[in-house]
Amino acid sequence: MAAMFSQNPLMNGPNYSFNDAPTVNAPEGARQHRFDPYTDNGGSTLAIAGADFTVMAGDTRLTSGYSINSRHHPKLFKIGGTTADQKDATLVLSVVGFAADGEALKERLDVICKMYRFRHGKPMSAKACAQRLSTILYQKRFFPYYAYAILGGLDEEGKGAVYSYDPVGSYEREQCRAGGAAASLIMPFLDNQVNFKNQYIPGSGEGHALQERERRPLAREEVEILVKDAFDGAVERHIEVGDGLQMMVITKDGIEEVFLPLKRD
Amino acid sequence: MPGFDFSNYNRNAALHARGVPLPKATSTGTTIVGCIYDGGVVIAADTRATSGPIVADKNCEKLHYIASNIWCAGAGTAADTEFTTSLISSQLELHSLSTGRKPRVVTCMTMLKQHLFRYQGHIGAYLVVAGVDPTGTHLFTVHAHGSTDKLPYVTMGSGSLAAMSVFETQWKPSLTQDEAVKLCADAIESGIWNDLGSGSNVDVAIITPDKTTLKRNYIKPNERSQKLRSYAFAKGSTAVLNEKIIRKEDISDFVSVHEIAVEGGDSMEVDT
Repeated sequence: MAAMFSQNPLMNGPNYSFNDAPTVNAPEGARQHRFDPYTDNGGSTLAIAGADFTVMAGDTRLTSGYSINSRHHPKLFKIGGTTADQKDATLVLSVVGFAADGEALKERLDVICKMYRFRHGKPMSAKACAQRLSTILYQKRFFPYYAYAILGGLDEEGKGAVYSYDPVGSYEREQCRAGGAAASLIMPFLDNQVNFKNQYIPGSGEGHALQERERRPLAREEVEILVKDAFDGAVERHIEVGDGLQMMVITKDGIEEVFLPLKRD
Repeated sequence: MPGFDFSNYNRNAALHARGVPLPKATSTGTTIVGCIYDGGVVIAADTRATSGPIVADKNCEKLHYIASNIWCAGAGTAADTEFTTSLISSQLELHSLSTGRKPRVVTCMTMLKQHLFRYQGHIGAYLVVAGVDPTGTHLFTVHAHGSTDKLPYVTMGSGSLAAMSVFETQWKPSLTQDEAVKLCADAIESGIWNDLGSGSNVDVAIITPDKTTLKRNYIKPNERSQKLRSYAFAKGSTAVLNEKIIRKEDISDFVSVHEIAVEGGDSMEVDT
């Protein structure tokens, strides 16, 4: 029954425990004082790992409620370069959720990566940085950074690496991940087009015996097309996504960054 | 049985008290405007309908017919604007038939406000009522609680501030028809760009003593961009776990069949 009223299409089972229902039993005349330090600034991010590259992307709209606070507020940050312009950086962090927390998180991680690089004379590996980011997030377990982070780079073998996080530091290395407002719109598209989920080889069997379409590493051009189409689709159906698309491609030769226009309505 | 059906009220109240959230209605986030000019009145609306942060309809119609000389732009709960305007429209038609006179805009506005006031704001219809009748050209706003205004230019909905800023900088007394249409379209566009609850296209209706002109999708500044590649699947890509074929001849064994003539209407844009 509860599932019938569920506003979340991802949950098709009961998502509401009757025991957990909020009870209104404030004593007569009691006043509640609240502290609301978080805002949801909308927007969406996306990362796809390739054979020898990683593509990271995010829209550049910053919202609160029905208002647009900025049409150009980047969500992607180069991490751990030795200079202010980050031209020798090897990692990219994307953050969505509460913009102020996202920026504070990026600042902290960047400082740590820089310190590491100056002490050891080499950039931090994606694996090490990923673990460190998890620790930073968990340190604020009871007053979290309200940010969904994705870290992108190359692993020790030079393969594309994407690490995705929840706001309190649970993380996982993945092939691809969508985050933020339109994550539920983009992620199924990625499952289908990157990992070929729910695609079977025609005529290879009957029913359950049908063979799954074999996964193959995608070329950089293919990935960039998927990213653009994913965002064009999200812009059509989500009001908090739009204005601009920021895309970064991480290869062994460095990080390339481009900005492309998106619909502004 | 006239009126609303309250038979599920007690059950839903009990469920809600135990924490089941209420179902979410489609709201037409919306920018709607109206403006009087020397020869008549213009109303305009955007075409986005939302359900929370999701766009439910990219090209919906928010300009509603009341009578040939009276039109209404609606913001708020989509179903409420739709049903309230069509209810008043038919009452006004019957009234006009029994009196043998053209319906008046004040009559329409009064019927709307009395209907909405009776439901104490629970019918979430926020309307701009415009029209021309034998007493002159009129433009009103009606709020869900029943209050009304009569002004030379009006805006409503979540984009009302964006739209009003255009009116307050550009409006002047005695506009021409073209100027009024341009002003209203600009006000709606301001809502489309600056308000997240509004978007897509601009609809305009021009009402004069002689006729009403509805310009559906007067401006389309948000055409969908072309996909960069085809996402068509090869036939047979989807696993079929079981199959049952019902022939067209036998379909009436399962459902009752009626032949319906297909009328025109907006087809939805789909990828090929």
